[in-house]
Amino acid sequence: MVRRVLPGFGLSLGITLMYLGAIVVFPVSMLVLRAAHISFAQFQIILLSPRTMHAIGLTVWTSFVASSINVLFGFVVAWVNTRYQYPFKRVVDALIDLPFALPTSVAGIALTAGFSPHGWLGKTIETTFGYQVAFRPLGIIVAMTFVGLPFVIRTLEPVLKEIDVEAEEAGASLGASKWQIFSKILFPSLLPATITGFTLAFARVLGEFGSIVFISGNMPMKTEVVSLLILSKLEQYDVVGAAALAAVMMVISFCLLMVINGFQVWYQRRFFEASSS
Amino acid sequence: MRTQALKAVQRDPVWVRMILIGIAFSFLAFFLGMPLVVIAINACRDGLHVYAQSLRDPDAVSAILLTLKVVAIAVPCNAIFGIAAAWLIAKFQFRGKQVLLGLIDMPFSVSPIIAGLLFVLAFGSNTLLGGWLMAHGVRVIFSSTGIVLATVFVTLPFVARELIPLMQSQGIDEEEAAMTMGASGWQVFARVTLPNIKWGLWYGITLSTARAVGEFGAVSVVSGHIRGLTNTISLHVEILYNEYNFSAAFALSSLMVLFAFGTLVVKIILEGKRST
Repeated sequence: MVRRVLPGFGLSLGITLMYLGAIVVFPVSMLVLRAAHISFAQFQIILLSPRTMHAIGLTVWTSFVASSINVLFGFVVAWVNTRYQYPFKRVVDALIDLPFALPTSVAGIALTAGFSPHGWLGKTIETTFGYQVAFRPLGIIVAMTFVGLPFVIRTLEPVLKEIDVEAEEAGASLGASKWQIFSKILFPSLLPATITGFTLAFARVLGEFGSIVFISGNMPMKTEVVSLLILSKLEQYDVVGAAALAAVMMVISFCLLMVINGFQVWYQRRFFEASSS
Repeated sequence: MRTQALKAVQRDPVWVRMILIGIAFSFLAFFLGMPLVVIAINACRDGLHVYAQSLRDPDAVSAILLTLKVVAIAVPCNAIFGIAAAWLIAKFQFRGKQVLLGLIDMPFSVSPIIAGLLFVLAFGSNTLLGGWLMAHGVRVIFSSTGIVLATVFVTLPFVARELIPLMQSQGIDEEEAAMTMGASGWQVFARVTLPNIKWGLWYGITLSTARAVGEFGAVSVVSGHIRGLTNTISLHVEILYNEYNFSAAFALSSLMVLFAFGTLVVKIILEGKRST
């Protein structure tokens, strides 16, 4: 054991443990306790009910589509932002964090007003393409794309800036085309950050509530996502059902986080070993 | 010479640049510009008089005041916790650090609705603790206490996550030097550590303030939506919208947009300060 030179170990340990205990550990263990009292059969009834199954399926597929949209366009935005110059670049760059700074309820009503069948954009899309956006899964995807927008861009940008120019130069001097340099040199080194960005956005929108509650219309078996189902169970005093669903969702997002962390550790190790050998 | 060569390799043909900038702009305009335009149009639709009226409405004012109160409690608490946790994790070696880091990160991986549910399950009037507190006249759920607790939970990681890597990279050499020269623990913290982490601390505080002001899901579960009593700004926006009082809802929203812009500006300034 290293001798502790600096003071304050006891004090900072005390504050940290007490605070975490009261704010995080105590409430979470109450959920665990509540979930532990639910019998397996009850769990099955709650989770396998058609309404729950539909909500989980809807949440997962809309989150997946929204995060994929963010990967596609986020990649382009990150590329443009790190490599090109264009007017008002700083303003555009700052605006990318808007979904983080704007309250989700404000974003929710703005998107709903814009995309509802009475809103100008919603009306235009419906008359030209024949799709209604608000109160349909499409509206949920729009809200999720808004909320998850910063994640892919902000994970990719630092990696794009750090990329070794020499690798690109070497490729060019060996006669590789622009496309070959991108697909053989740049893309592989950007892949882990892209996947991390996707997972972060996915995990964020999986539990999203504020921006979705207005635009989705919350129709059971049609446009009800999991977080809304949990809330409606709670409002009907079905605490057991809400706790069961919440426990399952927490396990899912915990596993997702473990996967990203594991992936990052694995990739770093692989990268380090490859570069040192 | 060299920089020119580097630039040439990384420069894309003009048509590629045009197309990619076009795609990026359309995407951002559609998802970020559109909501802002909608808010601006709807807030001003019924004229400046109605706009000013909706911001002066007593319920709106009490929602703004409650939000400020919640921020004033939650953010300093989390700042103090963040400093203590960062000091503990960055300056000392001990077992179980990973567990602590995992616990600090936990609120980020919990859906806002579930965060609210956690506090209903812990402090609801039909629980052991909640019942005992109720018997002693303390109401947690459906009161501003619950709103503060839920906000503290949701914003807990921001300052700590900002300071931990920062203090880890700074090491303990400067503090040790100050100690050997006879400074007391608090002197070391105030004169050596604090100036070093100042900008990172403000950055973390900015992020947690933004999140605390805007939190909706968690607060919505614990608040009970009692007008004039347990309504924060984001909850009041919801109520106004559901009552089809669109101009008032968007007037309040426009205030939040201004706040968000302020946050983004402060964030950019701090990012500049932090990197130097």
